Amino acid sequence: MTHIKYFQELFQRYRRPGDLVFAVVFLVFALFLLSQLGEQTKWVKRTKWFGQPSLWPSIAVWGMVIFGAFHLLGSMVSPRIYGRLKEIMFWLRSLEYVVYFLAYVAIVPLAGYLPSTILFALFLTLRAGFHRPQHLAFSLLFAVCVPLIFRGFLQVKIPAGEIYQHLPDALRAFALTYL
Amino acid sequence: MDTLLSGLQILAQWQVLAALVIGSIGGVVIGALPGVGPAVAIAILLPATFAFEPIVGLSLLLGIYGSSMYGGAIPAILINTPGTPANALTTYDGYPMTKRKEGHRALSLAYTASFFGGIFSVICLILLAPLLALVAPHFGSREIFLAAFMGILLVVVAHRGQTFAAGMLACFGIFLNTVGLEPVKYTKRFTFDQTWLSSGFDLIVVVLGLFALSQAFLLLIEKDHAPGEAHVQGNMLSGMKELLGIKRIATVSSSLGVLMGMIPGVGEFTAQFLSYTYAQKSSKTPDAFGNGSPEGLVASEAANNAVPGAAMIPLLALGIPGEALTAMMLSVFYVHNVIPGPQLFETQLDFVMALYLALILLNVIVLVFLLFSTNLLLKIIQIPTRFLGMMILILSFIGVYSLRNSITDCAIAAGFGVLGLILKRLNLPIVPIILGMVLGGIMEVKLRAAMAAVKTPIDFISRPIAAIIFVMIIGILVLHIRTLIREQKAKQKPEPVGPDYEHSSQQG
Repeated sequence: MTHIKYFQELFQRYRRPGDLVFAVVFLVFALFLLSQLGEQTKWVKRTKWFGQPSLWPSIAVWGMVIFGAFHLLGSMVSPRIYGRLKEIMFWLRSLEYVVYFLAYVAIVPLAGYLPSTILFALFLTLRAGFHRPQHLAFSLLFAVCVPLIFRGFLQVKIPAGEIYQHLPDALRAFALTYL
Repeated sequence: MDTLLSGLQILAQWQVLAALVIGSIGGVVIGALPGVGPAVAIAILLPATFAFEPIVGLSLLLGIYGSSMYGGAIPAILINTPGTPANALTTYDGYPMTKRKEGHRALSLAYTASFFGGIFSVICLILLAPLLALVAPHFGSREIFLAAFMGILLVVVAHRGQTFAAGMLACFGIFLNTVGLEPVKYTKRFTFDQTWLSSGFDLIVVVLGLFALSQAFLLLIEKDHAPGEAHVQGNMLSGMKELLGIKRIATVSSSLGVLMGMIPGVGEFTAQFLSYTYAQKSSKTPDAFGNGSPEGLVASEAANNAVPGAAMIPLLALGIPGEALTAMMLSVFYVHNVIPGPQLFETQLDFVMALYLALILLNVIVLVFLLFSTNLLLKIIQIPTRFLGMMILILSFIGVYSLRNSITDCAIAAGFGVLGLILKRLNLPIVPIILGMVLGGIMEVKLRAAMAAVKTPIDFISRPIAAIIFVMIIGILVLHIRTLIREQKAKQKPEPVGPDYEHSSQQG
């Protein structure tokens, strides 16, 4: 009994809700990588051990498995704080914003950087719960400034929107270069 | 003297000065905003700086890095919310002083202590530069391999109570770096026959995901809150006189900051912890620590501001970044085919000097800016956090998409954004992943190069510097094990259990 208590104390740490889930998922992922080590890396003939392409992936994956196992052990013997499901739901809620972000990424080459950014900023502002005109005005100002500074002034590499091709001649060249 | 003048000439270009001013002021604002650390800002701006000359890009990033902790002290002291994680310790004594109606005194002390720490570290670096130029050429492949390994080891053991998590995440970083087509034998590693995995994981995409996108997601999902109102009056330079009265603590704290900054894998937290402990133990009023002790405040702020300058040493002299922010800066060098390392000190000492002088200048710019703008900053930081999340998400897009105009990069970054969010929620450290990626790549290349000249294992550590680093590695391991045993014997757990004792594992 004393040994078990000592063992528990050795690995005990503060853990937040969801810690165990992450520890399990990480270890399973590490074990999956370990199972693929022979398949996904090569041991090359006539090459010494330090030049083998599989050396560093092996070190990394074994490290992930060993440390991951101890991390899981620490999670299992540490006092649990309730709220696991709520925490996992919180993680999953981030996927909503991942979808919005990727939609924005997909729209930029079509609708152009400036129009897409204005739409995205206004949408996110409303989604985040800001409905007052001053919030929307500030959001609009920000959405106009960012493309003008980064694409217009700093000439950061962002493709021009296809929609700009349909603009009148006088405006098209300007939009293709700066907006 | 010639190199100093030459460094001044490099610095005198208008683009460099403009970058420094924008970086410094931007860094203060970013640092003052709780929820946006310098790592987020540097990650976002990184690809934009690739179009500039290396010195211009680095001045901008250095400006943000060096000035953010000045700004972070403002909300830490006045509203008990650290602007950057490195200001967490400042709340211990800064906020109690504000509650005693000494907010002005605390801020003034924090600014002057930060200025002292920043300038002290640069002076140390300028004095050390000739010595570094002498020592750096003796760093061959095996020494750099051992130094990089020591960096990984330190980043793991420095996360007390989370050693296993730091270890597994550092290994995950090393793993990420190995994915794709390896450049020596041209074999594929963990590509699963997917074309999008063949080119591997770009460091900047991972950094943007883990630091910037994760923060945006977090701020957008969490309950909205805006920091409370605060106002401060009086001359901000009045702390200078008080600082002279506690110059011993300021000097020791700055020295510890320089020392900890120079060692890869350590950084602000350890420097602050050591200097705060020293200040408390050597104080005539140790009980005042945590209840508004000016000495504690000075120890914390002088130590954290001495780190950025010193952190440039392993980066410039060996090409080894000590923490996430310098790891990001490394990519600025790589993009311009400037390989930091021993030869940089031999051939481009003026460039190194220009960076050091830039650090001095940024401290002056920030101090002058803060003298007049503290109350303005207190207004700016009242931006609601969800609004801030929206702004970070839009800015992150530029960082990821402008790299290669790749939707895949954006999807990968978003994936790492979710991972970063989970790690932040669980208070698991992110920095080991980044250091694993960077140092893992360095270790692979350097081991291959070093072993070509090694016949027996002892040859690896036969040269003096290699032997010294090897002894240091053994020393770190022995000390770590001894500490663990002592803690266990004293019936103290490695990490005190309970929410009241938990500290943040996040950097930047």
